[in-house]
Amino acid sequence: MDRRATFKSTWLAFALIAPQLILVFIFFYWPAAQSLFWALTLEAPFGGATQFVGLQNFETVFSDKLYWNSVRVSILFALSSTTLTMVMALLLASFVDRQLAGYRVYRFVYFWPYAIAAPAVGLAFRFIFAPDAGFVSSINKVFPNLWNPALDGLDAFILIVIANSWKMIAYSFIFFLAGLQAIPRTITEAAAMDGAGVLRRLWDLQLPLLAPTFFFLLVINITESFVDSFGIVDIITGGGPARATDLMVFKIYSDGFKGLDYSMAAAQSIVLMVLVVSLTFVQFRYVEKRVHYA
Amino acid sequence: MNSRTLVAAGLSAIATIAGASAASAQNRVKFDYWYGLTGQLGEVMALHCKRFNDSQTRFEAVCTGQGGYDKAEQNTIAAFRSRQHPTIVQIYDAGTVNFMLSGATYNAVNFVKDFNMKVKWDDFFPGISNYYATSKGEMWSFPYNSSTALLYFNKDHFAKVGQNEAPKTIESWFDTVRKIKAGGHAETGFCFDFDTWMPLEQFSAIHNLPIATRNNGYDGLDAEMTFNKTKFADYMKDWKKLLDEGAAKIQTAQTGKTILQAFADGSCSTMLSSVANHGVMHSTAKQGLNWGVGMLPVYAGTERKNSLVGGASLWVMAGKSKEEYEAAAAFLDFVLSTPEVKWMPTVTGYIPITQSAFKALDNEGFYGQPDKQGREIAMQSLTFTPPTPISRGIRLGNFTQIRAEIRSELEAAFTGKKDMQAALDEAVSRSNGILRRFEQTFRGKQLP
Repeated sequence: MDRRATFKSTWLAFALIAPQLILVFIFFYWPAAQSLFWALTLEAPFGGATQFVGLQNFETVFSDKLYWNSVRVSILFALSSTTLTMVMALLLASFVDRQLAGYRVYRFVYFWPYAIAAPAVGLAFRFIFAPDAGFVSSINKVFPNLWNPALDGLDAFILIVIANSWKMIAYSFIFFLAGLQAIPRTITEAAAMDGAGVLRRLWDLQLPLLAPTFFFLLVINITESFVDSFGIVDIITGGGPARATDLMVFKIYSDGFKGLDYSMAAAQSIVLMVLVVSLTFVQFRYVEKRVHYA
Repeated sequence: MNSRTLVAAGLSAIATIAGASAASAQNRVKFDYWYGLTGQLGEVMALHCKRFNDSQTRFEAVCTGQGGYDKAEQNTIAAFRSRQHPTIVQIYDAGTVNFMLSGATYNAVNFVKDFNMKVKWDDFFPGISNYYATSKGEMWSFPYNSSTALLYFNKDHFAKVGQNEAPKTIESWFDTVRKIKAGGHAETGFCFDFDTWMPLEQFSAIHNLPIATRNNGYDGLDAEMTFNKTKFADYMKDWKKLLDEGAAKIQTAQTGKTILQAFADGSCSTMLSSVANHGVMHSTAKQGLNWGVGMLPVYAGTERKNSLVGGASLWVMAGKSKEEYEAAAAFLDFVLSTPEVKWMPTVTGYIPITQSAFKALDNEGFYGQPDKQGREIAMQSLTFTPPTPISRGIRLGNFTQIRAEIRSELEAAFTGKKDMQAALDEAVSRSNGILRRFEQTFRGKQLP
């Protein structure tokens, strides 16, 4: 069935979408074009005397093995963080949906972490998980040197995954809960009467019906892990130890703003943009095919 | 918002702007000054502005903290690109090259002449002025808050192993550290972080070892790093040895305690830190902590040279009005006058930057005061010898990023992921990459 509304005059259509287009142009296409320009030049920090260098910046980026390390870390981060986030959020949402004790309070407070700025999350997690002085340091009293994100790259990586997921669980939770509550009660009740247990109902009924929500959150979570994890990394690990948490977006920041090498940062931004766009494309092309919209 | 409120808001905004400019016309000439220091030192910066504003009626400094030295530099660059920059900005040692090559500054020598300032360049300690001067010896910025590195040691821990004074040599220092740990007198004998300023830059200066060719970069942008082939490499291997033996420990904000906090609570016997923290240590050390400072130790048999100055200098930016420059000149003359240079060490750990202020403080018995004892050691260290072409300083492009590369490699080495020599070789080759890129970015430009 074709439900599209059609406009007879194109100028009215353009007038109506113009505010949105202008915003997209100013906040996306313009900066993206500027980055592309910088990526092809060598830009002095204070400006002036810009040299066109063609693809030299990209060649430098791609021939740097530490850049590939950063790509690897970013992909691992996106995968682990997204998995942890989605599983935990779904779990919490189904608890609340089942109206377990205290669910009214949880429904209300689970959203809070998303409202906290990333650097604040980072600071809190740094204190809590500090190996010498944090709450988690008691683990080290029992098992010496088990946990040390300051010196052990794996621990540091786990820590930023936990911190980022903690923040993103809140966001995903709301969507999962809304999705679960949109499933007509009659369906789950009918299944219950047929003798399906809680897990069976979740697996065979609720999850398939949640597929559109699931897909939406997958795209959002992966994108966010790539582009929005900077605040957490900056405060908790600063990219270290020994570049174990040097995510692509953090490397862009440190090369661009700390190192004042705008051209190198611009080239990396373009690469990151292409990567995120192609990941999203893949998800829409292949994953979305398996999603049935109700 | 409907159109009437929009118009009303617009009119009131115009009225405010007009009112403000009318008011300032009657008032004093204002200029912007941005500083990088934060925390207690940031408060001192604000206080220094207030002292200036209270001291006279013609000019007014509008001072804004930028939340860190690096932020002050980044924000000034961003502001300069949109022509919203301040008249004066505080820029740390590592940012000096960027500002020299920027074409965005009013160089200090000319500024002093053009605005008839009272500054006497030869009154600054040579170790300080040489660091900031061009290769021809011209000052392009005004030295301001200055420090150098010292060894901090816990006197009680030292006494337990029969040591009563600061170690002169690295050998005796490490020996004491090992004895303290072996005797269980402290949790750790030496704590360090990955800051390169003490182990690389200061160590190389006092040992007269180059960290880069072309006199540490002063003679040209084509300098190449060399620190992986000097005694610095042995120094780092010795640190690693101490760490592996359990006598030393890494302390960073990420581990829960910085080296300052670990030293202040008595869990660590020695650390290397800036004299700027001398005041901080007095206010944060736990009750009864008996501590002292000494010059950075050198390897036995070394002919010691002066240590490097750290801290920041004040840059005058280009493109401001004559009135703003007059105000800025008055401000600079004020903060560099002897009473003000004398004031700085009384409220911070910074050193007096002029010889006349130092003499005056010394005559007044400043260094005999209980909580100032040891501060004179920083002066001895800084003025130990006249600066050599190597111990003069470091002038390398994008040095902030070079420090970050070295830091990452040191992290890899100290956490056992890499051999120390391999890590330093890698740090050198990566730093050279940064230098070559910097050279290309500023192609055709010469270091002044």
